[in-house]
Amino acid sequence: MTAVKQGAPEEGALKEGALEKRRVAVPPARPPARGGAVTLRWVAARVLGWSVLAGFAVAVLYPLLWMVLSGFKDNQEIFEQPWALPGALRWENYARAWELGVVRYFTNSVIVTVASIVATTLISAWAAYGLCRLRMPFGNAVALLVLGGLLLSPTVALIPLFRLLTSIGLFDTYWALIVLYTAFRVPFTIFLIRAYMIELPREVDEAATLDGASTTQIFWRVILPMCRPILVSAALLQALFAWNEFAFALVFVSDDSMKTLPVGLMAMQSRLLTDWPVVLAGLTIAALPTILLFMAGQRQFIRGLTEGVGK
Amino acid sequence: MGALLTRWRTVVWVLPAVLLLVVFVYYPIADNLRLSLFSWNAFSPEPRFVGLDNYAEAFGDPVFWRALLNNVAYAVVSLVCQAGVSLVLAALLEELVGRRLRGLLRTLYFIPAATSITVAGVLFSFLYNPRYGLVNAALHAVGLGHLARAWLGEEGSAIWSVIAMSQWQGIGYTAVLFVVAIQRIPREFFEAARVDGAGPVRTFFSVTLPMVREMTTLVVILTISGAFLVFNEVMVMTSGGPDNSSQVLGTWLYHQAFFEDDMGYAAAVATVVFVVTFAIAALQLALSRRRREDA
Repeated sequence: MTAVKQGAPEEGALKEGALEKRRVAVPPARPPARGGAVTLRWVAARVLGWSVLAGFAVAVLYPLLWMVLSGFKDNQEIFEQPWALPGALRWENYARAWELGVVRYFTNSVIVTVASIVATTLISAWAAYGLCRLRMPFGNAVALLVLGGLLLSPTVALIPLFRLLTSIGLFDTYWALIVLYTAFRVPFTIFLIRAYMIELPREVDEAATLDGASTTQIFWRVILPMCRPILVSAALLQALFAWNEFAFALVFVSDDSMKTLPVGLMAMQSRLLTDWPVVLAGLTIAALPTILLFMAGQRQFIRGLTEGVGK
Repeated sequence: MGALLTRWRTVVWVLPAVLLLVVFVYYPIADNLRLSLFSWNAFSPEPRFVGLDNYAEAFGDPVFWRALLNNVAYAVVSLVCQAGVSLVLAALLEELVGRRLRGLLRTLYFIPAATSITVAGVLFSFLYNPRYGLVNAALHAVGLGHLARAWLGEEGSAIWSVIAMSQWQGIGYTAVLFVVAIQRIPREFFEAARVDGAGPVRTFFSVTLPMVREMTTLVVILTISGAFLVFNEVMVMTSGGPDNSSQVLGTWLYHQAFFEDDMGYAAAVATVVFVVTFAIAALQLALSRRRREDA
């Protein structure tokens, strides 16, 4: 997601729940005011609208449901009654997928994701602090450098990065992925955090300075705690990115025991070509963490997305 | 002197970010331009300068054009779905659905975007399976059995099947962006339209559509540049096959670099992708700057 936050500062950070509250004043659509009668056309339009919404919901959900359910089937059931419910809940498919590789890929994904979340959020918060709350030489040049970073995409850099990582000995290590996931996401995350940080009143820093706090203390004790909501958004978006990233993980890690889930699952699919239930069970296990994370932190997710994407 | 030192010490805050960017983002892009002028491979570390030969080779290669065309197809279909269909879905969601259910549907629509491309890609390659896949089974069930085919295995359908999966994954994401944009429209506009007797369709065209213009511009630009950078979807589902029919520029450069070991050629293709996406991104910046000046 390369996107630029260009919003005017006073529009500010989205307050928790503000979106939902602002709208309660307006009742849902009623029949047209003129005449007031519920016409046939009105009914037909609503039925059509609802069918579109419901149809899309089914189209989105059904493949995923099929994936979860087929993970409980045996091959014969999948091939002969693809639409039916599983005859029994074969948890052993999930256990087998876990043992046959998912556990290793899963662990690798956790390591890379957690490390890159910590690195990206911290490094970006530092930079945002320097850029918007301190008077720094070449501040504008740095801001431009960061902005430019938003425009450069990973796909284009695959070959030189391959050379670079090989020559500095990072190829085929966790570090390759951690460093790249951080470097390519830092620009976006800086803009996300900066948009929030710039809103905090100046008086906060001034009061702390008068109390004798250094800029380092102000950052850790005052500014960082105040930025918690946006840090959560930033961390969630980074989690989604790192957990699902594919291209770097494919090119810069070749040892099977180092692979993360997205690439590991592909390897598993080609190893277990005919064992559909186990592969599908593996897919389900891989998909669960980010789906659950999204559901749990939905508001923070959406704030991050829309703030980051500009208004 | 002390004050100057204090000012310079503030640089420390941005140093890690700047170093990371310079070493792992900027340097590789610049290096790529240089590397595209050499003929070299991973095992002969002595590159030979060939000028623009790699570019000439690319422009004379039918697969390069095929890949570019597939990127364009990706862009066109994604535009219709991510900018068009998503906006309609978002507007319907806002117009018809009560608060609670709306939240639920919004979550539901977004779920595919939260899954990784491998999960979605491998899942769809099962659905597209010629013998046991649900897609063919469904076609047979509704009497359209003659349409059944090996979706990912035939030159005519491979790239379209990948594109279709991509829309499944992406529409919910942009729909959520549009929902937020619609919710930012002041309620009075809708009230006014209602008082004037405008129906939902009229309201959509004269209130919603113009008021979400900024988001639309943004989604359009993100979608187009995304379509030229596409790599994962194709890699997971077809690796560019059969017979290179579903190559896109991203997979083609990967194939050239790591299977044909023609690194210089691959770097030239990467430069083409860079130029296209950089131009699009710069356009976005220019547009959003003008927007800010208008405001």
